[in-house]
Amino acid sequence: MSVPIPELTADPATRTEFSRAVRRFTRNRLAVAGVIVVLALAALSFLGPLVHSTDQVHTDLTQVNLSPGSGHPLGTDAVGFDQLGRLMLGGQLSLMVGVCAGILAMLLGTVWGAVAGYAGGWVDTVMMRIVDAGIAIPALLLLLIVSAIWTPGTLGLIVILGLVSWLVPSRLVRAETLTLASRDYVLTMRAMGGGHTRAIGRHILPNSLSTIVVAATFQIADAILLVAYVSYLGLGVQSPDTDWGGMLSQGLDAAFSGRWWLIAPPGIAIILVVCAFNAIGDGLRDAFEIGGRR
Amino acid sequence: MTWPSFLIRRLLQALVVILLITVVVFGLLHSLPGGPARGILGAQATPDQIAAFNAEQGLDQPVPAQYLAYLGDLVTGDLGESYTLNSSVSGLITERLPKTLVITAGSGLLALLVGIPLGMWQAARRNRLADQVITGVSMIAYSTPAFFLGLLLIIAFSLNLPWFPSQAPQGASAGAVLAEPAGLVLPILTGAAAMIAVFSRYMRGATLDNLNQDYVRTARAGGTGGSRLLWGHVLRNSLTPVVAMAGYYVPVAFGGALVVEQLFNYPGMGLLFWSAAQSSDFPVLLGCILVISVATVVGTLLADIAQALIDPRVKVGQS
Repeated sequence: MSVPIPELTADPATRTEFSRAVRRFTRNRLAVAGVIVVLALAALSFLGPLVHSTDQVHTDLTQVNLSPGSGHPLGTDAVGFDQLGRLMLGGQLSLMVGVCAGILAMLLGTVWGAVAGYAGGWVDTVMMRIVDAGIAIPALLLLLIVSAIWTPGTLGLIVILGLVSWLVPSRLVRAETLTLASRDYVLTMRAMGGGHTRAIGRHILPNSLSTIVVAATFQIADAILLVAYVSYLGLGVQSPDTDWGGMLSQGLDAAFSGRWWLIAPPGIAIILVVCAFNAIGDGLRDAFEIGGRR
Repeated sequence: MTWPSFLIRRLLQALVVILLITVVVFGLLHSLPGGPARGILGAQATPDQIAAFNAEQGLDQPVPAQYLAYLGDLVTGDLGESYTLNSSVSGLITERLPKTLVITAGSGLLALLVGIPLGMWQAARRNRLADQVITGVSMIAYSTPAFFLGLLLIIAFSLNLPWFPSQAPQGASAGAVLAEPAGLVLPILTGAAAMIAVFSRYMRGATLDNLNQDYVRTARAGGTGGSRLLWGHVLRNSLTPVVAMAGYYVPVAFGGALVVEQLFNYPGMGLLFWSAAQSSDFPVLLGCILVISVATVVGTLLADIAQALIDPRVKVGQS
């Protein structure tokens, strides 16, 4: 038997709450700077090639190791690729894989954490011990093992990075769910005949949204760093494709012979974008007034 | 709940987690393409050879029986044989682990010793210039890939200023490695940088929370001043979240060792793991994972116990 259930979420209040958060966020200079940096690097990576078009497929051995100058604003690398064009190409992969993997990790963590926290009892205990076990295994090591079995492409990289990164978010969402599930409005809705799916989907998740969004931002920052490590350990995408981490690790030897332009641009790009996502995460957390630090 | 029952409960939980880890590792070992036989005998092995190998190694037994046999081996310290290095996995790990511990424990200790006072110092000067500068530097340190930071350190303190060697000590044992402390400076710094950033940041936040508490106001009103209040009262209360979190940095430190050992050519477990991945030496890979994961579980257990000891508000057994 189903009983019509009145809508219990108060929309207008939520909206003012939301606009207040937006206002708080836009007043945070560091967070706004973070948004600008992310947009600028995304524009450079995805729109840049339209302006500065270079051949990133064929090596050119007559143009190797040129220092920055006319025609090659950031010089060329050891096989003659234009370094600025390479930075754009690498940015596409770093940003895309980082953002997608961060979001995937957050989605997996959200579902796992919400189910565990809502179910409680032994289901919760079992699910969270699995998370404990997973957290104990270093992600980088797991990545190396997986790649010893199989060489991932871009999509594979996103899936693997997502699969090794969802554990911490699942803890956050579980904690949030535990508090929300015992709130009066959820209990009332349940007493009126509302189902579990409705409790989780309509009440618990929407109310945890700010926590989820903030955690997702930090997840993206970490995923971008992880992509760089993966490339450094030689498991990234294969040449002529590249990412910022791959450029950086290929340039390591060159740095000793003074060819700074091979490491400075990708190194600075990684630091900038990871700082930016962290600043945005901080700004969002303050704007939504969520407790907890990072 | 009393201390013994708290300890027993936490130990049981840790045991369950370790069992789960063995399931994951066992599952990974058996999901290899072609199974362990293909890994050892190589791609040229005939089906007959593989069947003979499987029968010899007990791999034709039902999976649960195989898992129990695997657990039995683990309990006696037998982690299998390396495919490529002609040595037992436990032998390899016993040789390499102490050297890796020099780097990871060194980095972790440095991070705690610098991060905790730094965070408190920042909290005492919140939003002043020094605090903002350190916050900015921490953010950059956190965002810099360790191999890039390590490279910059080598360029600065090994090439330009010849203070430290650019290669880590190559000694065969932890003792031999420790005899060359200068070679350890850059690897440990590289491993510690991001952790210093995280710990100081948590400590700053925790200290700020505490400075707003009633007991601080009361102590101030009673005449307890600045540094005595900070280091005497606030330190202990603010340490709790940092200590609780430090346990979770054990796997991060080991993951970092992988990168640091590679960069500084340090023959520890990270480098062993890396070369095992290159040659698909799965017993070594999985043995290392198992040892590190168990170290993490023990680390979090110790962190929990330390937390209960430090913080009188943490009632033993409540979790």
